[in-house]
Amino acid sequence: MTDVKPQPSDIEIRDLTMAYGSSVIQRDLNFTINEGDIFVIMGGSGCGKSTLLKHMLGLLRPHSGDILYSGNSFFQASESEQGAMRQRWGITYQSGGLFSAMTLAENITLPLELYTQYTRAEIADIVAYKLALVGLAGYQKYYPSEISGGMQKRAALARAIALDPKILFFDEPSAGLDPISSRLLDELIVQIKESMGATVVIVTHELPSIFAIANNSVYLDNISHTMIAYGNPSDLRDHSTEPVVRQFLTRSAAAAIEEKS
Amino acid sequence: MSSQAPQYTIQDDQQDTATLVLCGEWQQGQHAASFSSVKSELASRHCTHLCVDGSALGEWDSLLMGFLLQCHDYCSAQGIAFDTHNMPNGVDQLLAVATAVEAHPEEKQLRSSWLSRLDPGRLAKELVEHLQESLAFTGEVTIALLRLARGKANTRFVDFKNFCYQAGPHAFAIISLTSVLVGMILAYLGAVQLKQFGAEVYVANLVVIGMLREMGVLMTAVVMAGRTGAAYAAQLGTMQTNEEIDAITTMGISPIEFLVLPRMLALIVIMPLLTLYADLLGIVGGGIVAGGMGITPIQYITQGETALSFAHVAVGLLKALVFAVLIAVAGCRAGINSGRSSAAVGQAATNAVVTAIVYLIVADAAINIIFQQLKI
Repeated sequence: MTDVKPQPSDIEIRDLTMAYGSSVIQRDLNFTINEGDIFVIMGGSGCGKSTLLKHMLGLLRPHSGDILYSGNSFFQASESEQGAMRQRWGITYQSGGLFSAMTLAENITLPLELYTQYTRAEIADIVAYKLALVGLAGYQKYYPSEISGGMQKRAALARAIALDPKILFFDEPSAGLDPISSRLLDELIVQIKESMGATVVIVTHELPSIFAIANNSVYLDNISHTMIAYGNPSDLRDHSTEPVVRQFLTRSAAAAIEEKS
Repeated sequence: MSSQAPQYTIQDDQQDTATLVLCGEWQQGQHAASFSSVKSELASRHCTHLCVDGSALGEWDSLLMGFLLQCHDYCSAQGIAFDTHNMPNGVDQLLAVATAVEAHPEEKQLRSSWLSRLDPGRLAKELVEHLQESLAFTGEVTIALLRLARGKANTRFVDFKNFCYQAGPHAFAIISLTSVLVGMILAYLGAVQLKQFGAEVYVANLVVIGMLREMGVLMTAVVMAGRTGAAYAAQLGTMQTNEEIDAITTMGISPIEFLVLPRMLALIVIMPLLTLYADLLGIVGGGIVAGGMGITPIQYITQGETALSFAHVAVGLLKALVFAVLIAVAGCRAGINSGRSSAAVGQAATNAVVTAIVYLIVADAAINIIFQQLKI
């Protein structure tokens, strides 16, 4: 964006403890997401992956600790500063989060109208371009309910990249997609990330996606309620000292048994 | 950074090849040339090859990409070869991603114009469809009721109990308020007129007959249409969105028996009770106004008793039963036939209330005319 100085888009999670009331979800999380990373937050079901994402998006307040974007605390920032930070983010939600009462074009137009100085004609061109980027050219006038689940995910991605964000967040991008659509979506994420130079944060437990696109990751454990691994997922699979992490990443049955006990 | 306005020039290098040279800052806040002017210039040249040169480009954002995409689409539609030279980092890559999938061909007709909505033929067709839908729904409900009577329906008693509780006790407060006020309004209206003849005491007759036969049940029904009918439409509409109704159907359970019957039966049981309650409070409300006009409570009660008859109460209760069915049918039909988006659920709720109120008024008029003819 023109009026925001170019800043490194790294994210730092510092001593973060998340809790719903008195039940602690995860405690003492400390890690950094570097600029240009494709960073995966992984872990078994119910370990707090989505909760962590909601904290990073400022939808939930941390029990203690802080989250820093380019060195600035999000939760200590004023509302207008938070708004400025949020404009640098693009987010796709687990079930799309597209506004069902609006067409795809209107969905993408909304942030552009709110936050940019483009003219109406320019916005129409940009909307066409964003939809073309996700392979939905010509679907401007469709409502989210009229297209398939995979197309909805891609449309949500088109809306997320409307403002050319520096950080892209994905909550379970490939949930509910067939393997081919899910692979195409992964490829799309990588292509868009590389050509826009954005940082990508993904919550997922889809192993093929993790190995295909991630270059850094954190593993949240739902027994000890903290992070037990941090690093490149392929390295973690081969060299992690934590058996649970190796089992998770190699999809071995022992992990499932251990989790139950 | 020099802030140079985005510009383009078209050069003809060789036969059949045009070069589109872009320069300046193609980003927001700069007013870029629109593609339509480029298009008209290109159209006059009859070239077969367009080359876009980006060596003089400064800063850029999606504005440039939108422009390039239009160039690309125009060229492929016209059969013109398209390529780019010396583009800044990332542009070629983004363009490749954006053009990887062909555009969806037909432009969908989104909304018909408002004129065509007023077309009487179309309106009549919609009305017929609406009536057919309502009749079909009523038929399905009747069949389900017959199955219930034979003890074969999948209707859960616990649902029925919950809906009774939601429709009844939860509505007491609002029914109390509306019926007391309606009773007072009736008394005021009557008192002003009757005073001219010195017959104020007959306010009691007016309020008792008015509440029992007409206002008590009608006000209760309007409140229930807005409260319970809309809730039914929203509940069933949300279940439709969540595919819960599909799940019920594929379990071999009729959604009508499982979802509609308990709601409808709850309303059928609760509406007459609420009506009696509303009648009583309305008469009390009328008494308050009468008291203010110098009629003692004893006078009001004795005069009211002369007007009270079983027929008046029975007419009110019969209307309550009919209205209960109408509200339940309007609400449940709107919910079951709702679309699968959150907007559709809202429409279903609106639809339920509007339809219910229209049904109520029409049915009320019809019942009054019939009883008038039968002299009841």
